[in-house]
Amino acid sequence: MHKTSVPGVWRRFKNRYQIVGTQCETCKTNFYPPRELCPKCRRGGKISEKKFAGLGKIVTYTRVHAAPAGYEKQVPYAVAIVQLEEGPMLTTQIVDYNTDELKIGQSVRATFRKMYEDGDEGIIHYGTKFTPIRES
Amino acid sequence: MESKTGIVGYGAYIPRLRIKVETIADVWGKDGAAIKAGMKLVEKSLPNIDEDTITIAVHAAHNALHRAGIDPAKIGAIYVGSESHPYAVKPSSTVVAEAIQMSNDYTAADLEFACKAGSAAVQLCMGLVGAGMMEYGLAIGADTAQGAPGDALEYSAAAGGAAFIIGAKKEEMIATIDCTYSFSSDTPDFWRRKLAKYPSHGGRFTGKPAYFRHVESATKGILERTGMKIEDFDYVVFHMPNGKFPSVVAKKFGIPPEKMEAGFVVSKIGNTYSGSSILGLTAVLDIAKPGQKILMTSYGSGAGSDSFVFTVTDAIEKKRNLARTTEEYIKDKVYVPYTTYAKYREKIC
Ligand SMILES: [Zn+2]
Repeated sequence: MHKTSVPGVWRRFKNRYQIVGTQCETCKTNFYPPRELCPKCRRGGKISEKKFAGLGKIVTYTRVHAAPAGYEKQVPYAVAIVQLEEGPMLTTQIVDYNTDELKIGQSVRATFRKMYEDGDEGIIHYGTKFTPIRES
Repeated sequence: MESKTGIVGYGAYIPRLRIKVETIADVWGKDGAAIKAGMKLVEKSLPNIDEDTITIAVHAAHNALHRAGIDPAKIGAIYVGSESHPYAVKPSSTVVAEAIQMSNDYTAADLEFACKAGSAAVQLCMGLVGAGMMEYGLAIGADTAQGAPGDALEYSAAAGGAAFIIGAKKEEMIATIDCTYSFSSDTPDFWRRKLAKYPSHGGRFTGKPAYFRHVESATKGILERTGMKIEDFDYVVFHMPNGKFPSVVAKKFGIPPEKMEAGFVVSKIGNTYSGSSILGLTAVLDIAKPGQKILMTSYGSGAGSDSFVFTVTDAIEKKRNLARTTEEYIKDKVYVPYTTYAKYREKIC
């Protein structure tokens, strides 16, 4: 089981607990994970923090049957590339889905979940996963 | 005591997984139909493998914020009541505060009082907000309760939670909190020692001197202090360790079943411990009309009961649709077999 650096993780809480990235104010491009430099505008770009709404669509997905350490109990689980409404694409776990909801174009929303634990004695990592938007 | 505070926003969260009473009974060679009839519940909720008290609390808090429509930075206190805090040392409340983007200008603590830590959190917020020390307080009760395999509690111990934002501005309230009264005593009906995985309980002792004495005394006490009668209330919610106990109390007080029905969530999700009575309250708030009165009495083993009188205000109509209702959470479900339940349980105690 890998042990993460606690201070290193702590500094990224905000980017994980909510979907907080950055925006280049010059060309309005949004970044997640956050970038400190706009690849288009370079030094001409002004980067500021941006919170995303947490709504998006599945671009592509896969089901994981052989999991890395820490995720063994969750198999099989779904991992997808989700495009946020604001533009950025991110790789995320899809949870609480019905089989027919795991499809390209499916609308999803962010959900606060446990990511993994550093063994039985380390810290518990929380963060954002995505779940299908279901009208009930 | 009288109060100047009220509920500005409320939110529920119930995980999606369910297991049927029969499914559990089959594993232990018990009569599922008889257990269902005896406990008056058909299934219970359980957390997914990546859900715990903290994630449940975050979702309930988000829903409460949606309804309150306030800036989370204005919340000056957060209390999370649970008997299944993920850490033994390290508060759940600060994780929740960070996840819902509160500022750093807040006081926080995790509370523990078996199934009534959530209602105790509401009382703490009432005190702080009522005294003018802060604008809003956030009170949460959430649990991922566990019964030992084969124990009677295994049929009912469930997962869920509710959150309430307490404020003092009349125009923002969806319900005023008119009064609260508590009745507590040192009664060892149910406990869990530090390193024990599952709780122990006093079997039949959990009834008369424990649940019934405290729920009845707190309810009687608040009726006396407010001079109100059961007839004055449109809805009544008692803590729901199973489907039977609250109905027995209702009968004793002469409360007609139709006043209990709206908040009677136990039959479909089980006993969500710190989330139990307050999830009953959120279910009532989802349908109550302005002017209606609600009586709620929680119960926590060990033991104590907090009783409350609420009056629903006009603001309920435009606020209740701003988040998912309790009923929507109850209906959005998927059943799991016992094997999945057992596999997940290893991770969720
Ligand atoms: Zn740019």
